[in-house]
Amino acid sequence: MIKVEGVSKRYARFTAVDNVSFEVAKGQIVGFLGPNGAGKTTTMRILTCFQPPSEGKASVAGFDVVDQPMEVKRRIGYLPETPPLYPDMEVGEYLDFVGKLKGLRGNDLAKRVAEVSDKINIGDVRAKLIAKLSKGYKQRVGLAQALLHNPDVLILDEPTSGLDPKQILETRELIKGLAGDHTIILSTHILPEVESTCERVVIISKGKLVATDTVANLTHRMRGAENVGVEVEGRDGALDTKAAQQRLEQVAGVSKVILREEKNNRALFEVESLQGRSIRADLARAVVEGGFSLTELKAAGMSLEDVFLQLTATESEKGEAA
Amino acid sequence: MSNILAIAQKELKSYFVSPIAYALLAIYALISGWFSLIAIANFIEISMQPQGGPADLNGYVIAPVVSNAGVLSLFLIPMITMRLFAEEKRSGTIELLVTSPVTDLEIILGKWLGAMGMYASILLVKLFCLSFVFMFGNPDWRPLATAYLGMFLQGGALLAIGMFISNTTKNQIVAGATTFGMALLFWTFDWATTFKADGWAKVLAYLSLTAHFGAFARGVIDSKDVIFFVSVIVLGIFLTARSLESLRWRA
Repeated sequence: MIKVEGVSKRYARFTAVDNVSFEVAKGQIVGFLGPNGAGKTTTMRILTCFQPPSEGKASVAGFDVVDQPMEVKRRIGYLPETPPLYPDMEVGEYLDFVGKLKGLRGNDLAKRVAEVSDKINIGDVRAKLIAKLSKGYKQRVGLAQALLHNPDVLILDEPTSGLDPKQILETRELIKGLAGDHTIILSTHILPEVESTCERVVIISKGKLVATDTVANLTHRMRGAENVGVEVEGRDGALDTKAAQQRLEQVAGVSKVILREEKNNRALFEVESLQGRSIRADLARAVVEGGFSLTELKAAGMSLEDVFLQLTATESEKGEAA
Repeated sequence: MSNILAIAQKELKSYFVSPIAYALLAIYALISGWFSLIAIANFIEISMQPQGGPADLNGYVIAPVVSNAGVLSLFLIPMITMRLFAEEKRSGTIELLVTSPVTDLEIILGKWLGAMGMYASILLVKLFCLSFVFMFGNPDWRPLATAYLGMFLQGGALLAIGMFISNTTKNQIVAGATTFGMALLFWTFDWATTFKADGWAKVLAYLSLTAHFGAFARGVIDSKDVIFFVSVIVLGIFLTARSLESLRWRA
């Protein structure tokens, strides 16, 4: 649906986006992740035909952003970082105007405005002046604006920035609900957002593409080996921590056992496995057969946050070395 | 075409939902009324003189009022055009316009038409003042019609230039002040002829708005003047288009 091939955007003094390529399939939600100033907004502006790339090609639904901007614009709904609202207008008036800009007229326009207001839950503020809306409502009106012409592709630049936690959750739910019908690119520097809403993630740092993969794969790939947290309890009062640790170390495929916490007759171990081996079942059996109680067993995988920091950190170190 | 109208309608509406339209209309009504009052008082004075006979309403009332209108528009037009693009750029709504499936020319023409609408509503106020002259006297309406055509053309030209200037900045004050300066400069270019009668002075004088508007105010439609104003309108729109395009490369 979206194809970006070797796109760069250079200014006189610096390069905002440097040779970035990625693809997004139809109906996917893709998180566009990067620290502030990484080039997320610039890439989005290239996709929305706001500015042309200096190099490379980008296309939406098969239409090139430079050669056929009208076709691209018809298929894209864009929510910039600050929602493009006219404070002097009423919400209904604003949506009518945007609908007309997007080429809707008459009955179609009224129908779409009603549908979208319903979906985004802004029906109750339609007669309100935009200037008087709360930040959360403003963001929603901005989202409604992007959805009006029922575009194939939605491009949302930091849709949850500046919202309170409840509004953030609501907005995420809303966006999730839109997937399937729409292909969505969502930029953010908040990692949990990507983990909770997106299927794929594109990480960019200092204008360069750092990684692109599914969220699950990426955390897995970075993790390399499986990490498992094991909590063990002694059966009759006291727990022989050493014995328990030895028992765990003997399990096939375990490379390292670290004692994390010890409390009363409980101990929490972190067990690292060799790459590509699943050891959880064996660990459980070993604990029980060793005469201990197993109170907790969980995969302590690396969070996307760790992945992100690791990826962007190595990138910046490389940059400093060069 | 309907895209242009949608934008023009929104633009015109945005003057009337903010205090801008009312401030401009009120100030204009006040000044316009004052000018008319003076013109009529002057007319009465001359009519009373024993050797004068009945004075000419067109010459003594309508002509001075409409030529003053030309000057007045120098002050008004910057206030109409300064927000056109500067505001959209500051608030970021320009991104909405530029990423919607409308062409740059549609955006520009829509905004220009909206500004023309605002300017036309101001000119209506003056027509109201002059309507009293028609109520109590019997002047010729045709010179007034040509004067209005002149005001529209001159206004359209200044609006187009002002729109271009508004597109070059995010700051409304800068846009307004620059437009006012340019308008005033173009208005007074014919002063060059006071000390030099040929060469560059003639070129400058030709660019003067006064020279081209004067004939309309006297009731004369000269194709030369019409072509001048239309060319300035086209130039202003062209420059705005170029400047909007350059935004894409720089922003």
